[in-house]
Amino acid sequence: MILQTQPEPLLQVRALHKSFGAHDVLKGVDLTVRPGEVSFVIGPSGGGKSTLIRCINFLETPSAGEIMFDGRHLCREEGNVFHVAPERELRAARSEMPMVFQHFNLFSHRTVIENVIEGPVMVKRRRRDEAIADAERLLAEVGLADKADRYPDELSGGQKQRVAIARALAMQPKLILFDEPTSALDPELVAGILDTIRALAERGMTLVVVSHEMGFARRLADVVHFIADGAIVESGPPQRIFDAPENPRLAAFIRSILH
Amino acid sequence: MYEFFFVLIPRYFPFLLEGAIVTLELSFLSMALGLVLGLAVALGRLSGRKWLEWPLAAYVEIWRDVPLIVQLLVIYFTLPSIGLFLPAFWAGVLGLALNLAAYLSEVFRAAILSIDPGQRAAGLSIGMSGFMIHRRIILPQALRIAVPTIGGYFIALLKDSSLVSFISVNELLRNGTIVISNTFKSMEVYMMVAIIYFVMSFVAARLVQHVEQRLTPRHLRRGRRSQRALASQPAVMP
Repeated sequence: MILQTQPEPLLQVRALHKSFGAHDVLKGVDLTVRPGEVSFVIGPSGGGKSTLIRCINFLETPSAGEIMFDGRHLCREEGNVFHVAPERELRAARSEMPMVFQHFNLFSHRTVIENVIEGPVMVKRRRRDEAIADAERLLAEVGLADKADRYPDELSGGQKQRVAIARALAMQPKLILFDEPTSALDPELVAGILDTIRALAERGMTLVVVSHEMGFARRLADVVHFIADGAIVESGPPQRIFDAPENPRLAAFIRSILH
Repeated sequence: MYEFFFVLIPRYFPFLLEGAIVTLELSFLSMALGLVLGLAVALGRLSGRKWLEWPLAAYVEIWRDVPLIVQLLVIYFTLPSIGLFLPAFWAGVLGLALNLAAYLSEVFRAAILSIDPGQRAAGLSIGMSGFMIHRRIILPQALRIAVPTIGGYFIALLKDSSLVSFISVNELLRNGTIVISNTFKSMEVYMMVAIIYFVMSFVAARLVQHVEQRLTPRHLRRGRRSQRALASQPAVMP
């Protein structure tokens, strides 16, 4: 018998806690993401989905627990003391796992191409002309080659989100975080964004996606994590999560969205 | 009927212009200082550091709640008693700048707060530092929002600088009163003084308009007449 060794996790979250004041939003989350894996995080609103991925790249500072990304600790517990990596290391980690937001969050005073090259030029210190050449290629990939010199205000929601994806890709990331990337879009624009995300998955990009698009999760995910009340209640391949949920809360959630 | 002494105009106009130049010097210097201080105060108040926030809030409150003329008198006449001797001109610049900074800090603060925090999150998420995000993302947009209001304060400053005549700086108004005390022709002289103030403010307002338009991205340039009109409205200073 051949023992197939699993690749080292790219992202490892252990016992992650986050509270805002007296309100505990995350109550000990464990999550493992391997290279090339597409993970979906689903669950009822208020359950901690967005807080979890905002904690992963430290847009929110966790209250306790451990996050290891690409072999480095961003935070950890050591003898009951919570340590956070220095700001410089957090920034370096963020630049390798950019986030795509629900509301796009493009830099509105910058043209499309300037949005895309901002990270490469300012953070990765790449030459501007090289960054522009790369950005043009990325914009062509997401179907926006002709919008390079437009401002975000001049684009549709779907186009803005594709710029945001190009901006993330320009960082040559190891992982991309998606925080409900289609929730702010008109229904007819959702499919285009899902296609763009699928193309990334097919290229082997590691993705962590918070989404309400259950059909999409079922088709694309390698692993689905169901999070409710600040903890991951059940994880597994999409067939099992959607067709044979074990946990009663997950079963109720699946019923409520399929009704 | 009153006989207008036109002959006074060529005789005293150069002297008034000398005063006008001092008025411009006062205005530009205190504007430059006020902008730097105002931005620093705004950033300090938004820094999230409590020990910095409340003294700055107190500064803004005190400076906005005391008349500018009182501030100028305090700076010029009472600082020497604690060993700080400032020439009248520099006392004037300092007084105007400190007063202006209190107002501008609120303009900057409001403009910075009006930028969607999502853009800061986006900057962080691609690894930018907080300083870089301020310099590259937030401040350029906030400044564009603030320009019309700053311009209004500048125009107000050009005129409010006349209060500095009370601490014996030979700017436009004081030179005017000197001429009057020599000629007793207040009508002619005040008319000239008023016209010079008007021309300076008018030109300044056009400059502000021009700057504002230059800072507006091309796709937003049309249909902003109403906002441009606001730029020439002088903001109220005490």
